[in-house]
Amino acid sequence: MAELHPDSAYAPERFADPAKKVEFSPEAKKKFDYLLTRYPNKEAALLPVLHLAQEEWGWISPEAVHYIGGLLDLSPATVFGVVSFYNMYNQKPVGKYHVQVCTNLSCMIGRAYDIYEGLCEKMNVQPGQTTPDGKFTITEVECLGSCGTAPVVQINNDYHENMTVEKVDALLKTLK
Amino acid sequence: MEPIKVLTANIDKPNSASIDVYLAGGGYKAAEKALKMKPEEVTQIVKDSELRGRGGAGFPTGMKWSFVPKNAPRPTYLLCNADESEPGTFKDRVIIERDPHLLIEGMIISAYAIGSCPMSYIYIRGEFYFGATVLDKALEEARAKGFLGKNIFGSGFDFDITVHRGAGAYICGEETGLIESVEGHRGQPRVKPPFPAVVGVFGGPTVVNNVETLACVPLIINNGAEWFKGFGSPKNTGPKLYCVSGAVKKPGVYEFPMGISLKELIYEHCGGITGDRKVKAVIPGGASAPMLTADELDLPLNFDAVMKAGSMLGSAGIIVIDESMCIVDAVWRLAKFFAHESCGQCTPCREGTNWMETVLDRLERGHGRQQDADLLLDMADNIGGKSLCALGDAAIGPVISSVKKFRDEYLYHVEHKSCLPGTTRYRRLDVAMAVH
Repeated sequence: MAELHPDSAYAPERFADPAKKVEFSPEAKKKFDYLLTRYPNKEAALLPVLHLAQEEWGWISPEAVHYIGGLLDLSPATVFGVVSFYNMYNQKPVGKYHVQVCTNLSCMIGRAYDIYEGLCEKMNVQPGQTTPDGKFTITEVECLGSCGTAPVVQINNDYHENMTVEKVDALLKTLK
Repeated sequence: MEPIKVLTANIDKPNSASIDVYLAGGGYKAAEKALKMKPEEVTQIVKDSELRGRGGAGFPTGMKWSFVPKNAPRPTYLLCNADESEPGTFKDRVIIERDPHLLIEGMIISAYAIGSCPMSYIYIRGEFYFGATVLDKALEEARAKGFLGKNIFGSGFDFDITVHRGAGAYICGEETGLIESVEGHRGQPRVKPPFPAVVGVFGGPTVVNNVETLACVPLIINNGAEWFKGFGSPKNTGPKLYCVSGAVKKPGVYEFPMGISLKELIYEHCGGITGDRKVKAVIPGGASAPMLTADELDLPLNFDAVMKAGSMLGSAGIIVIDESMCIVDAVWRLAKFFAHESCGQCTPCREGTNWMETVLDRLERGHGRQQDADLLLDMADNIGGKSLCALGDAAIGPVISSVKKFRDEYLYHVEHKSCLPGTTRYRRLDVAMAVH
């Protein structure tokens, strides 16, 4: 059989491996139980539970999709449909630092493409790819809602505002 | 016009997000007052104030509330739309991060007025992680003081709020997309009718209000409808947060009575254009608003005046584009945004937004064809009004307006395979990275 590109929906990487079992840690399980009390039905807790899973494992693996589906009485297809609809759920593992550069109009006027293209070039990665040492993933994102302090770079959960090429370089050097 | 501090009265105080600072400024008095009134009286005051929704459509808030049927078979919900993802808009974040109690108080009053069930949700965009933690902390504080929970102010009204984080989808800012997302689905907008006021989240009547709208409510209750109408002009009342970004010297959130002119805002308060260049185009209400040219800057920024000028005030996210930027490139970036954010449900929007992006990109790359400007208008014509929600109509705003107002620049790209002299492209075309 011809090799399938890992992004293809039929690539083996996209299917859960029954031998690999994932499970929430006791703390995450506690948070999960609390989340369920906040919604009138289980399905509504899906988005926050996926956030929880991503905090736990860094990405939403096919195994996690099955596990969460089991927890919330949803089919894996339903869960995967949600995961693939929303941008913030990583369908592939990301680096330790997920560098998300906003390039929408206000940031673009603030020369965000210099930052974004410069970073990809310097780290020698394609957009969305992770550096070989697993440290950085560079992604271009849509408006982060901080246009008054453009350009903005979001690293993991933190906003870094009023960025320039130099400031980003200095910032990345401080990340170990 | 001088800047005012009404909605933003608290934000510069040290530790402004804490409940003690908010209480010291007279916080939660409005909620106490409102909960002693009848719900209909509260709705009437908001109606009298002529408050219009600050999320984009400018629909009268009091009227929206009064659409909620009494004695519906399922619980009524209040949802706060904090999914601020319209490019150019960053006003709600100021309230969320620096004055969260104003929003919470507004939600208590609004929920009481519409007869909400004891649970309500703030739908905050996933990227506002910090904002969500601020809100969670503020909600804890409010619960500890008894402003949330059972029997608030002895009125017998039970109410609580949950922060529901989105996960990066612009479409979830659309009312019914947001409702779908709260229910744990893909955020694809619903067919209307039934309108959310009749059948919304979890099958119950639902009111979705923007953060800034809800933040206005305590002020109206405290000071009265007449006071609120003292700002702005009839039908366009109240203080308004304007977000200015792009090529201005002092970008940021500015608060004025509704109706300050664009020129005054840009030149007197934002310090003029970067590098003292000239204005080329201004987007007055977030990425979906059609562009205005330098000749249209005298426009007062209120809902009706901007609409009359063929654009929309929307969320008041003003993006200024100066003369040195290539307009085709700017519009390409907006088209790329809408192509990326189209939910994929309606064919005209899903396919059309991608094709607009492709055509704009080929113009930039020097592969433009003579008919491309008209082709873009034709495509826009086939998207507008042919999709379930407003995203399709939003996507064509910048394209139509720029083709009509800057046609020469489009034609120059076709003929000379480069940008108009004096304008530059703010990205590189040679890198594979430009592909998304």
